Amino acid sequence: MDNLQELLHGFTIAVTAPHLALMVVGVLLGILVGVLPGLGAPNGVSLLLPLTFGMQPVSAIILLSSMYWGALFGGSVTSILFNIPGEPSSVATTFDGYPMARDGRPTTALATAFGSAAFGALVGVILITFLASWVAQAALAFGPAEYFAVYFLAFASFVGMGGAAPIKTVVALALGFAIAAIGIDTVSGSVRLTMGVDELVKGVSFVVAVMGLFGIGELLVAVEEEFHARAVSSTIDWREVFRAVGRLPRHGVALLRSAAIGCWMGITPGGPTAASFMSYGIARRFSRRGRHFGTGEVEGVISPETADHAAGTSALLPMLSLGIPGSATAAVMMGGLMIWGLNPGPMLFVDQKDFVWGLIASMYVGNIVAVVLVLLTVPVFAALMRIPFVVIAPLIVIICVVGAYSVSNSYLDVVMMLGFGIVGYLFKKLFYPLAPLVLAIVIGDKAEDAFRQSMLISKGSLGIFFANKLVTCLIVGGIALLLLPLLLQLTRLWRKPASAATDAPVQERAII
Amino acid sequence: MGRTSTFLLSAAAVVLAGTMPALAAWQPQKPIEFVATAGPGGGTDNLARAVQNIITKHKLTDQPIVVVNKGGGSGAEGYVYGKASAGDPYKVIFGTSNAWQQPLVSKVAFNYTDLTPIAAMAQDEFLLWVKQDAPYKTAGDYLKAAASGEFKMGGAQSKDTDEVLTRMIEKVGKIKLTYIPFKSGAETAVQLAGGHLDSHVNNPSESLGQWRGGTQRPLCVFSPKRLPQGPKITATEGWSDVPTCVEQGLDIKQYEQPRTVWLPGKVTPEQAAFYVDLMKKVQATPEWKDYIEKTSQVDTFLTGAELEKFIKEDLEHVKQVAGEQGWLVK
Repeated sequence: MDNLQELLHGFTIAVTAPHLALMVVGVLLGILVGVLPGLGAPNGVSLLLPLTFGMQPVSAIILLSSMYWGALFGGSVTSILFNIPGEPSSVATTFDGYPMARDGRPTTALATAFGSAAFGALVGVILITFLASWVAQAALAFGPAEYFAVYFLAFASFVGMGGAAPIKTVVALALGFAIAAIGIDTVSGSVRLTMGVDELVKGVSFVVAVMGLFGIGELLVAVEEEFHARAVSSTIDWREVFRAVGRLPRHGVALLRSAAIGCWMGITPGGPTAASFMSYGIARRFSRRGRHFGTGEVEGVISPETADHAAGTSALLPMLSLGIPGSATAAVMMGGLMIWGLNPGPMLFVDQKDFVWGLIASMYVGNIVAVVLVLLTVPVFAALMRIPFVVIAPLIVIICVVGAYSVSNSYLDVVMMLGFGIVGYLFKKLFYPLAPLVLAIVIGDKAEDAFRQSMLISKGSLGIFFANKLVTCLIVGGIALLLLPLLLQLTRLWRKPASAATDAPVQERAII
Repeated sequence: MGRTSTFLLSAAAVVLAGTMPALAAWQPQKPIEFVATAGPGGGTDNLARAVQNIITKHKLTDQPIVVVNKGGGSGAEGYVYGKASAGDPYKVIFGTSNAWQQPLVSKVAFNYTDLTPIAAMAQDEFLLWVKQDAPYKTAGDYLKAAASGEFKMGGAQSKDTDEVLTRMIEKVGKIKLTYIPFKSGAETAVQLAGGHLDSHVNNPSESLGQWRGGTQRPLCVFSPKRLPQGPKITATEGWSDVPTCVEQGLDIKQYEQPRTVWLPGKVTPEQAAFYVDLMKKVQATPEWKDYIEKTSQVDTFLTGAELEKFIKEDLEHVKQVAGEQGWLVK
């Protein structure tokens, strides 16, 4: 139990008055950048980075990682209240979080999200504490073929189980892949699909796409449906915050399963985004109330949130031990480490014990500080839902426009964001699912790169995906997940062909 | 009366003349934007932020500086932005040799001639790295083993510096390598550590932690002479212990990547001079020395005719390699 001793030593470093103050400042700033869409954790952390150059490395990383926790929590707020995900990893939270808030339960949705997020983060840190060295080795086993298999698994866990017709899911996926392909291709180095617009060489930013698809798209639907007619009359109830958190253990299975998925994806490193989508998809398939997912199910909030934070936390481990950042924010922090004179890599755990264990201890404390602070803010955020629709609608438009512009100070992004808004509206009206589209936009190009790198290595042979136990398991698991709903459907049709008709109304509402 | 006023006027003129050089030289009047042509966390981003930090700390200009990242399209986003900002002296673009190499091999909407070169600060060296437990001890051994034709070389991006160097090694060493492009040098280093590749040509800072951790080691450096003496990296070796590739029979004398600083096109010579001077001041600070040492780069400063000459030579060289590979787009 060497690690425990190190951890206790770490706590003596992390739990000091200046460091606790840094955590509070970091978390508050993080919540702020998390709530403002378009700013996001990576940008927030890079803005703070120059301030840390004069600090002790351990103080600096505590400040930055606290900001990261704050931003992860804050990112869920806009997803739930306004259907605008601030981070790619909080997209899946909108699927059930937003319907919950819309139906008058914003406090429950927020408190549930924060509670399960904190649980996920805690599991992630515990994993780091006890399995640091093992995990670092496990990650090395992942070459391009294994990466592709992980992405394939993420797609497979999500595809083919939504309420939409399978052909519509395929269309949405294909569109997403096409959008992800815009810009410079890593493998060939050539420019693709810019259609003569020079600026498109940078590709389509995720933030621009989701703010349009979700924020503006939802708004257009709401305006048409005269959303304000059923204005939300949520009373601000402090007790509901605690009740919601208290109810979490009832969903123990979902919590544990999502935390496991999150940790695994954080380490491998599929990242928090793939983790949250996969966790949501799997929960939807295995939950008893799976059919109601998309209409405001508590487990539909718990699953992505837990996995997101478990992955976000455990993603710091590959960064420290291998020098490979698991997320954009981790990449910025890694840049910070270099400037502070530390070299991320296998030797960090040996050379810089104070730094590493101070950071790990601060993850425990920082996450507790963060969850207390965000739970305190729940009623304030929930109160936002009481603002009448006529006031909030223009605000959402402003947030989306400013958010899209601030991604890279480009008007083209604003135009694209509005375009995506129309696409989002059409998708909803025509019952096309948005989730596969977004998933393909976010990890489509990564999956493509990994596939083509594998093909370069194997000189074109698909045998590389069955070359060792690890990759074979992943691919077979993916194929099984893909075929499962098909088989279930076939057996159901075979048994009682009439039941499909009664399912239809629920399914149409639940298309996400 | 007339006399007094003449006197006052001439006195004023003298006073003015005293401050003249400062006034005549262009000074920024509003905040300056540093555009890093890379995502947050990479080498180019680190440089832009280090320079920003030094300027702010030493108050080298009164105006605030903000760093923005425009790393889309392997940096093309930032350069295209620079091109679109022609005549705007408040945008400083930080990049690499990408500025002139990328337009050769892909259809991007800029060329380095659309920008005003300010300086090349800091050179990153390239080394040939293999997995720690690989059997070959020298570049010669490596070349012999690679003759089997099954070797996989990893690198950052496609048709970029890493792949150009790979193709040069193929030609000089008379071998065939399978080049696998990844997003970044850090990613490539991890792939080598995991045994998914046989070698890569990372910059020192990209594989420093991995070398110390004993997952990979450098065989040789693509530099005319060994790297300067520095602190030991592993228990027994430092950068200066790495032999040059020429010493080991891999005849590539020099290959390095400059970190470049640009203004948009159509700025006045005074405006360009201000930034050249600013970068010179940055380079003279102890923080700069510190940054160079921590990132294991080589301190250089090329500007004006020297920089032009460097770009021309590098361009000719890359054009030749790209031509042989059939990469040229124009």
